[in-house]
Amino acid sequence: MMVEMFWTTVAALLTLAIFSFLYEDNPFYKIAEHIYVGSSAAFMFIYVLYFDLWPKLWTPFFSKLFHGNLSGITSSQWWLIIPTILSVMMLTRLLGHVAPQAMWISRWPIAFTVGVGSGLGITGTLQGILVPQINATFLPLWTSSILHTFNNWIIVFGTLTTLAYFYFSVEHKGVLGGMARAGIVFIMVGFGASFGYTVMARVSLLIGRVYFLVHNWLHLV
Amino acid sequence: MQREVPLFITFITGILLIIAFFVPPVSKLEETFLDWYSIVAGITLILGLDSLIIHHLRKIQWKKEGWVHSLALILSLNLTLLWGFWSWWKSGSPFAPSASFLLYFYTYVFIPLQATMFALLAFFIASAAFRAFRARSLEATLLLISATIVMLGRTPIGHKIHPFIPVLSDWVMNFPQLAAKRGIFLGIALGGIAFSLRVILGMERSYLR
Repeated sequence: MMVEMFWTTVAALLTLAIFSFLYEDNPFYKIAEHIYVGSSAAFMFIYVLYFDLWPKLWTPFFSKLFHGNLSGITSSQWWLIIPTILSVMMLTRLLGHVAPQAMWISRWPIAFTVGVGSGLGITGTLQGILVPQINATFLPLWTSSILHTFNNWIIVFGTLTTLAYFYFSVEHKGVLGGMARAGIVFIMVGFGASFGYTVMARVSLLIGRVYFLVHNWLHLV
Repeated sequence: MQREVPLFITFITGILLIIAFFVPPVSKLEETFLDWYSIVAGITLILGLDSLIIHHLRKIQWKKEGWVHSLALILSLNLTLLWGFWSWWKSGSPFAPSASFLLYFYTYVFIPLQATMFALLAFFIASAAFRAFRARSLEATLLLISATIVMLGRTPIGHKIHPFIPVLSDWVMNFPQLAAKRGIFLGIALGGIAFSLRVILGMERSYLR
């Protein structure tokens, strides 16, 4: 119970320190901000180590290697030597202060990550965004319900005109100009709605923090 | 050699991933490359930590303005790392429900700091909106109206003003907003594919600098 109370007070003080920025920039906020950056960086490191490096590199390969269990390493696990080498090459960037001439070595793993990102950028975008979004836009423009028909028109017309607005290869004149002007109407409504949605999400977080202070910490409600 | 090999690696990796997507017998390659990617990207975090630590240690060493804040950062970073590893050793996992790292650090330090930082944005968004949302033109008026409808529709007061407001808010989110977002997503997707192709074919080389 005492431990809970202590940690609730820590959380409350950190919350108040961050909120103190609403008055003006001050040392309490600065300290809390730096604690946030430091602990987040360390948290991310622990997270990646535990969920990525440990199960994907240490357990299948290095733990067996260090225990001399070479026969336990399967042929597909031997391939893990490649990301290990790439990782070591990446770490040559740490030598940037003492041996900047060695930094080119890190370009190889960077090239690998860029290659994976680009390959997935094409296949993932095709599979995850382009095809499903186009598929969802092929809607019947004439249905038995007037409201349904109207809504389908809004989606098809809104999508096409928004795309027309972002098509800069041709000057926005004539039909394209008209479509682009209609597109900006949809874009503004969309941005406004997204903005309102974001504000409400932030406000609910704010309510959560205030509730934490008055309920969990001060027990006022 | 210093530029050609990385260009070749990018080309081969990108092309192999595309082939793996379309040719089922080699589809396992995608999974393998993703694992390798997460290993290399995970190791890259060490570079980020190194850069962060060195920057702040220098500030402390030379007693530059705000060095006390840097000290707080270094201390919190090291304490979190130590706590994480200790919890890992003690409970078998730093993220086990019984691990003190998850029970105390995550619940009482990380979550409050993160949630409060994002909650703080509510005030800044509101003040930015107050300045920006002036019905000076048709576009600004549309922005103002749709934002107001969505905000009112998601609060009890919106329903109190008129029961139709939440329905209208849902309609704005599900149709005009969706149409605009879909248009933007399609544009981003096409742009992303074009950019990825440029990278794979070696026309975009900014990452080699």
